[in-house]
Amino acid sequence: MSRILLTNGRVIDPSQPLDRITNLLIEDGHISGYDVSPHEDFQVIDASGHIVAPGLVDLSCQLREPGCEEDETIETGTAAAVAGGFTSIVCLPNTEPPIDSQASVEFIRQKVARAGNCHVFVAACVSKDRAGKELAEIGALVEAGAVAFTDAPQPIQNSELLRRAFEYCLMFDKPIFSHPEELSLSHNGIMHEGRISVVLALAALPAEAEDVMASRDLRLAEATGGRLHLLNVSSAGSVEQIRRVKARGGQVTAGVVPPNLFLTEDCLRSFDANCKVNPPLRSQDHVDACIAGLVDGTLDVISSGHTPRALEKKMRELDRAPFGMVALETTLSLINTRLIQPGHLDWLSALAKLSTNPARVLGINKGTLRIGADADIVIIDPRARWTVDPSRFRSKSVNTPLAGWELQGRVVQVLVAGQCKLPIATDFPKNQAACAE
Amino acid sequence: MSTNVREIQPGQVPPFPENWHRRHLLDLESLTADELRTVFDTALAFKQATDGFRVKLPVLQGRTCANLFFEDSTRTRNSFSLAARRLGADTVEFTASGSSVKKGETVIDTARNIEAMNVHVMVVRHSTPGTPHLLAQNVGCGVINAGDGPHEHPTQGLLDILTIVEHRGSCEGLTVALVGDIAYSRTARSNIWGLKKLGAHVIVCGPSTLVSRHWRDYGVEVAYSLDQVLPRCDVLNLLRIQFERQRTRPFPSVREYALLFAMNRERMARAKPSILILAPGPINRGVEVTPDVADGPHSVILDQVTNGVAVRMAVLWLVAGACERAA
Repeated sequence: MSRILLTNGRVIDPSQPLDRITNLLIEDGHISGYDVSPHEDFQVIDASGHIVAPGLVDLSCQLREPGCEEDETIETGTAAAVAGGFTSIVCLPNTEPPIDSQASVEFIRQKVARAGNCHVFVAACVSKDRAGKELAEIGALVEAGAVAFTDAPQPIQNSELLRRAFEYCLMFDKPIFSHPEELSLSHNGIMHEGRISVVLALAALPAEAEDVMASRDLRLAEATGGRLHLLNVSSAGSVEQIRRVKARGGQVTAGVVPPNLFLTEDCLRSFDANCKVNPPLRSQDHVDACIAGLVDGTLDVISSGHTPRALEKKMRELDRAPFGMVALETTLSLINTRLIQPGHLDWLSALAKLSTNPARVLGINKGTLRIGADADIVIIDPRARWTVDPSRFRSKSVNTPLAGWELQGRVVQVLVAGQCKLPIATDFPKNQAACAE
Repeated sequence: MSTNVREIQPGQVPPFPENWHRRHLLDLESLTADELRTVFDTALAFKQATDGFRVKLPVLQGRTCANLFFEDSTRTRNSFSLAARRLGADTVEFTASGSSVKKGETVIDTARNIEAMNVHVMVVRHSTPGTPHLLAQNVGCGVINAGDGPHEHPTQGLLDILTIVEHRGSCEGLTVALVGDIAYSRTARSNIWGLKKLGAHVIVCGPSTLVSRHWRDYGVEVAYSLDQVLPRCDVLNLLRIQFERQRTRPFPSVREYALLFAMNRERMARAKPSILILAPGPINRGVEVTPDVADGPHSVILDQVTNGVAVRMAVLWLVAGACERAA
């Protein structure tokens, strides 16, 4: 029997809720006890001065395999996840072919098992071939293990199809992840419409393109009783609409990604394609609205929005370069540096949004350190400072404008089902607490 | 104008300006008023030194200027070629059609290949904003933006403003209206920044679908009625409607546009007697401006074209010189 004791860590578990310094015992891959004293049979990991929390859960991540392995593979993507403290990630179905069949879900599960890094849950297509025309075989996909349905990063334009999808998913109690964007308003857009897009003359993605679709999605979810999770909310208008729906008891959940919390439209002044993301970097008032939404609970989830894209695709003219930013390895440190340290969120509420809440959206038994739960754990040094160097990412791609940023807080160890996952490889250059013998 | 410009004799090379260090000319937004004046002084000096373009001034002999036009152009491309040849430079012409772009080569690779032919200055036109900036970061030679989509067209802005300066002595205190398709006009953006830095009051005037209210954030007056602002204007710059860039037509018909914004005889009667009419061309006669106004006594449209060559000579020489001094 394998027994690991994490000693003297500050254990923070939003699911109980719990925030105190204690010893945590793991037996055979499960949480088995608190306040346990060291014993010669235990493998001991000293977590003094560190935070011990449920492993992070990401609802919005692209792994790109099969079909787009130049951007990321399941092996590199899950390694990046672990390096960033994530123990469970949801992969979006924008692969080639898209994840719209039992066979493709099975392919992913096999690749994930072979990589052996972290848990991967599949968000499968709502529509066949992600074409937005007819429903994918949702029942069969649920049987294969899909936990959510989405055509993201493509929005579902056909309202009738979305309504049907909400109704149909009721049978399986699965959420629909929506990327709200009205394409007739955002067509070919590159950046947020506002005072910077006017100067740069770049085609614009106005906030209304998101507001209008968020409104439709919310209305259809309420009308059908379907489960809606709005991925990657970025506009003040959609935050306000979600707040109103929640105030009258609506069951919606919503997430936000780091670029929309920490970067603004001004970044595009450099014409750096790494700043071309969707939803776009908006103006400060939208950023402030998203942070306010996180603080008051309107936004339940922080996702990474990890969107790896090969260097040669990003080194193009801005209209030809694809959207996206890699994020798995910077999300936790960014949240600490820019939200927790300045006092917008405390660790308990931040970890709720990074772990417990996303697990609840999926209805999976993750994001908790209750006795009996899987020992998916992240150990964080909240004071360690480091400088972002994309060349050291585990991800295959380096598309981020954050190179050179100094961040505070980093992952020192990750356990997935009770197994220490760091260092990932022998050449892993980062500073981790080793598992003691 | 500095006085020494007028003292330049034909064939005489002006001294290289101390305050010019830019290896690229990508936009007018980042130029200082001093740098703008340096370009104008140099352009006027070249006009003198070439005796009104009658003699060559071989200051760029042995250097090569490449025109990389990923988007069609006749006027600007020929103007740059002519300017380069008058300075004694060799020129290389590259156009997107019949090139490796059609075979899938990236814009950076194309530019690096052209540069490898020992090119000193690259003149780039592209339909996407920021592409000259991207190339400037990825090649070693000087890069001049000859129009990046609707973003900027710095040499057009310079030649427009030089034309105003020649006719009025300065921009200080002038009210200049840019009329028409502000949203899709690179000429508008370059004019706005250049004119404002030199002390002009700038009005952007056109259909409300093509004139963003955000321009007010930059100290630019936003107007939707030409008739209201016309009596105050010292200069009108009539911008071409960029039909090819518009996704949905921003006004119901060309007829309606002309009714509201075309500069015609009736409107001329209500303008200041000293008004200057500029148009960056190519003009849609009858849409932005009627022929009698375009060819009338207030029009300086052909002066603009002449100044275009002078400005481009100046910019080529300044950019090439800065590159050589940095090397």
